[in-house]
Amino acid sequence: MSDIQIKEPLIRVVKRDQASMRQKIAARGAAILLALVLDALFIFFVTGLNPFSVYGVMFQGTFGTKVRFSWAVRDLVSLLCVGIALAPAFKMKFWNVGAEGQVLMGGLMTALIMVYWGDRLPAPALFAVMLLTSVAAGAVWGLVPAFFKARWKTNETLFTLMMNYVATSFVACAVNIMRGQASSLGKLNMGSHAGWFPTVFGQRYNINIIVVLILTFAMYFYLKYTKHGYEISVVGESENTARYAGINVAKVIMRTMAISGAVSGLCGFLIVCGRDQTISTTTAGGNGFTAIIVAWLAKFNTFYMALISFLLVFLQKGAAEIASAYSLNDYAASIITGIILFCILGSEFFINYRVIFRRERRAK
Amino acid sequence: MSNLIAWIIRAIPFGTIIMYGAMGEILTEKSGNLNLGVPGIMYLGGFAGFASAFYYENNASAPNGAVCVLLSLVCCVAASMLGGLIYSFLTITLRANQNVTGLALTTFGMGIANFFGVFILNGKSYTAAPLANSAYAHKLPFLSGLGAVGQTVFGYGFLVYAAIVLAVALHLFLNRTRVGLNLRAVGENPATADAAGISVTRYKYLATCVGAGISGIGGMYYVLDYNSGIWATTGQIEALGWLAVALVIFTTWRPLNAVWGAYLFGVLYWLYQFLPSLLGFTVASYVTDLVQMVPYVVTIVVLIVGSLHRKKENQPPAHLGLAYFREER
Repeated sequence: MSDIQIKEPLIRVVKRDQASMRQKIAARGAAILLALVLDALFIFFVTGLNPFSVYGVMFQGTFGTKVRFSWAVRDLVSLLCVGIALAPAFKMKFWNVGAEGQVLMGGLMTALIMVYWGDRLPAPALFAVMLLTSVAAGAVWGLVPAFFKARWKTNETLFTLMMNYVATSFVACAVNIMRGQASSLGKLNMGSHAGWFPTVFGQRYNINIIVVLILTFAMYFYLKYTKHGYEISVVGESENTARYAGINVAKVIMRTMAISGAVSGLCGFLIVCGRDQTISTTTAGGNGFTAIIVAWLAKFNTFYMALISFLLVFLQKGAAEIASAYSLNDYAASIITGIILFCILGSEFFINYRVIFRRERRAK
Repeated sequence: MSNLIAWIIRAIPFGTIIMYGAMGEILTEKSGNLNLGVPGIMYLGGFAGFASAFYYENNASAPNGAVCVLLSLVCCVAASMLGGLIYSFLTITLRANQNVTGLALTTFGMGIANFFGVFILNGKSYTAAPLANSAYAHKLPFLSGLGAVGQTVFGYGFLVYAAIVLAVALHLFLNRTRVGLNLRAVGENPATADAAGISVTRYKYLATCVGAGISGIGGMYYVLDYNSGIWATTGQIEALGWLAVALVIFTTWRPLNAVWGAYLFGVLYWLYQFLPSLLGFTVASYVTDLVQMVPYVVTIVVLIVGSLHRKKENQPPAHLGLAYFREER
């Protein structure tokens, strides 16, 4: 009587068909909890401060005063806007790592027109021209890698990444010309305020907030309920299936990337007109990269994106607040954000896969 | 002539920084992992190397150059490999998305390096590790004195030559050994490699972690030699890291190409400063801003040309960027 010896691994991993909502929330919640514990350990060992009081101070970073809250919302919409721009591209499994450059190009066109045509055009025409050119510039910046991807399958991750630096170079050049002999550019049209967004409803950043809010709904609707959105998801799942179904894959890729770039360009327009009133090589401020993480974690759902953007901005503001309160430095924000991202990324595994231990199976 | 020499003397050390970064990334990508965390890893390596040298110099009673070099190298590689380990655990074991994990690692590495860097700076805007710098930048005693050739060929610290040796070793390893063949198989088609009895997980882990260790040396070389042993909280390493990623594409995943490719990138990077004076005319400063895009444009062109020809040997590893799950083939 000899049993066949089967070597059974201690841990097996099985793919889940579909995780339930409860499992998803549990995995995400556990991830954020783990991240908070890790961050607390980090804070405690490095600074010797009580992590709970530090978290309390962190809360002040966003909710401390009315001004801080408005700054937090301002940064939130900038990040969210780029995330919205990336959503269609990522849904198509097109790795657009070039949002940073697309935002910069949009911002650059806006700034150029603001400076050179600011006193020639009436305000409505000026805004219209700035809007159109920035959207067009962003779209072109997205379309170039898409064209090569669609035509010759050129690797888009690396292409879009390189395009960021080409855009940075253009902005550096333009800033250099515009500032002339001055040491820095400063705010554009400081005297006339031409091309600055006016204050609406008593709040400086309301136009940005309203536009991004509209975009959030529009992009959700576009991806979920339109023919375009459906085509994007089919191309994302399988190009062969798409081709078989009669979808013109090249056209969908280029159209989607043009949209993605255009929204990024629009974001540059919003940043220059509504937030900074100036342009520099750091206008996009890393949002192009952070938004990739936002879009991916939210699985292209723009409302989840708003949630995740809020979490990240909250952390950044909080870390900055800790930094000034305990005379540390702002880079604490990057560490805390990094740990949270690692934990959330790791938690995806428990949503997509099931882990089975050896003993559990024997009991059956 | 002296301008040309000055240009080369600038370009080769610059190339060496990104050569380390690129060689590590080539090894990593050969296993099918597209690690966009190279800038973060270079930050980690640069910071760990600098911090260990700095503490050793300030606390040892009689600091010794050789010990300093050894210590900083070990710390640098260890810290970079830790960064690689985080990435490996998330992408290989937990099968997280590689692009996103890499970008998160870049944020994290930059945060760690600059956060603790500010501790060390302790209010100063920069701080220096002179002993480590002199040890790393130590030139060959006789040869470097021999006129123009001596200056341009022998006038650098030992890490410049170590990089070339490493490139040759990496080339032999990937193309002439069984382990290298196995590694390439993992990157091209992990399912086949798995069926042939190769442990995909082990190869991916090792290649990614060792690759990260090599990339990290680039960061340390930047701080302790190129930047004269000065730690400054700037975004410079990040830009270098992305340039290293670009160089990987430029070399079409071949370590030997990384040698001349890196020096070419160095020449192109310093183009803006030396070309005008070499040709005897002055250009406005905004033109130099434009010239800085040249390395990136060249990379884009290489990328496009590579995809036009579709020559098999110039393609990225077929499974680059994808996680491997045995039950899903």
